[in-house]
Amino acid sequence: MVLFIMCFILFLVGLYGVITRRNLIKIIIALSIMEYSLNLFFILIGYRKGGEIPILKDAGAVPPVVVDPLPQAMILTAIVIGLATTALLLAIAIRLYRKYKTFDVSGINALKG
Amino acid sequence: MEALLPLFVVIPLGFAFITALLGRYIPLFHRIAIPLVFLFLSVLSVWMMANLRETVLTYMVGGWEPVNGIPVGIHLSADGFSVLLLVIINSLAFLSAFYSYAYIEQYTSGHYFYALFCLMVAGMNGVAVTGDIFNLYVFLEIAAIASYALVAFGIKKEELEASFKYQVLGGIGSLFILFGIGVLYWATGTLNMADIHKIIGSTAVSPGIVFAGVLLLAGFGIKSAMVPFHSWLPDAHSSAPSPISAMLSGVLIKSIGIYCLLRFFFNIFTASSQVAYVITTLGVASMVIGAFLAIYQWDIKRLLAYSSISQIGYVVMSAGIGLILLCNHGDIHVAALAIFGGIYHLMNHAFFKGLLFLNAGSLEYRLKTRNLLKMGGLASSMPVTSSTSLVASMAIAGIPPFNGFFSKLVIIVAAVKSGFYGLAIIAVIVSIITLSLFLKFQRYAFYGKPSESATTEKDVPFSMEGTMILLAVCCLLLSLLIFPFFRNLILMPAVHALMNATI
Repeated sequence: MVLFIMCFILFLVGLYGVITRRNLIKIIIALSIMEYSLNLFFILIGYRKGGEIPILKDAGAVPPVVVDPLPQAMILTAIVIGLATTALLLAIAIRLYRKYKTFDVSGINALKG
Repeated sequence: MEALLPLFVVIPLGFAFITALLGRYIPLFHRIAIPLVFLFLSVLSVWMMANLRETVLTYMVGGWEPVNGIPVGIHLSADGFSVLLLVIINSLAFLSAFYSYAYIEQYTSGHYFYALFCLMVAGMNGVAVTGDIFNLYVFLEIAAIASYALVAFGIKKEELEASFKYQVLGGIGSLFILFGIGVLYWATGTLNMADIHKIIGSTAVSPGIVFAGVLLLAGFGIKSAMVPFHSWLPDAHSSAPSPISAMLSGVLIKSIGIYCLLRFFFNIFTASSQVAYVITTLGVASMVIGAFLAIYQWDIKRLLAYSSISQIGYVVMSAGIGLILLCNHGDIHVAALAIFGGIYHLMNHAFFKGLLFLNAGSLEYRLKTRNLLKMGGLASSMPVTSSTSLVASMAIAGIPPFNGFFSKLVIIVAAVKSGFYGLAIIAVIVSIITLSLFLKFQRYAFYGKPSESATTEKDVPFSMEGTMILLAVCCLLLSLLIFPFFRNLILMPAVHALMNATI
């Protein structure tokens, strides 16, 4: 249970970073921290104490306790999606830097109201 | 018929790759092929709607049959509500893609535009047909990432800034949704929607499920831009190219926001009246605050974007009233009326707001500005744009005989019948504010003192004109849905699909 709570704290650390940081790159890092905390959370859901890898070795010999493979499959997908989002965010951040010559959010304010 | 369900995802996804590869070498390929693809898909979805009625289709991806009644593998399923959403998505995608034929000449690399467009529609169709919550997240992210890139398509200062803001807020929303899905899987041990509903219904309410509900409400609240979470919408929707604004405002916030919200809180969770009150409050807040913020805007597309927040508020409010009645064991017929009003307004809003954004796109195409103060007197030089935008403005403001009048009337009648007189009065007042908004739009853009460009401009090319006329006709025809014959054919299956699980 302690691990789950620490995972949640990591999620909140990321959220705090997204809200308070004023540098584009730091905002992107904070979003990645949120994402990693969720990856950890999913792996923890699938964990069983003393569980083995969920592969049938010999014909029909099922190990007594196996970890849940489904969250692992899910998190592989989520990591790929996270990669796409981060890559797009970084590409936009670089473009913004070329236009404004700064990574500071307070300097980037063409849109108001 | 269930074998048709994967086509709605596979065809746009395949054309996204084909367009990105071939578009550079074969000029005009994407500009002609993509509208035809969406025309085919919209005809297919209308055919499905005509044949589906009250049944539920299930397609098992990869042929994984359930073992001992427990579903394994991913299921695609379609009921009345998903098929209605498919019709809205694909018909609006067809019209926007056809409109883009002339509009896209302003940009370079048009084939990437069409590739991203197909990707976005594939994601939205996937959200509509999926029956598995993690698969829903994946499709939602496909649609969202494609829309982030499309918002930045103009790569000017404003577009990039809007896209960054949209991505950060949309990213937080997606992570909340992923977190909620994880907690839901932890609490129930399955990802299939019908299975989760069965397990939640048979056990006592656990804190884990309540926590998942809160996370999902926040996540989909951000995606559908309800009022505390709305700050990204005006920037993103006004900076995108106009056909994309029409898709974002008309379809995207509905399919990955409202649709998922209704699906989760009506069909998956056992509804509790606290959640229903929260949803109604969010709806009322968006309705009022969106309308007031819109009054101060002088940029046409920002004005339209704020009014989208307000109109989405109507949909959420009436669905919330329906949910409150269902939880408190109120009158089933009034609840059905409220949900019917919400879904009807959702469909109408897709068409008139799509049309208004395309009108704004035509003005921008000719005048190269979006500022209302720099326009005026365009009614004589741009007759088609002017008359179609008049139709759309009357529809959104709720003037009979256009569709917006009937859906707002149903919502207000449902609010009165269920005893929420205050909400009915607020809905009427917001409707009057909306009318004043669109009078301002008409007055400054098309009437009043002619600007210097008013006499020299001519109307827009055929593909843009034709699309706007088609949409204006749709706005008029959709008011037929109030009659029982059309209502039972098109909208009632969706209402029953939402209510069946909750009763």
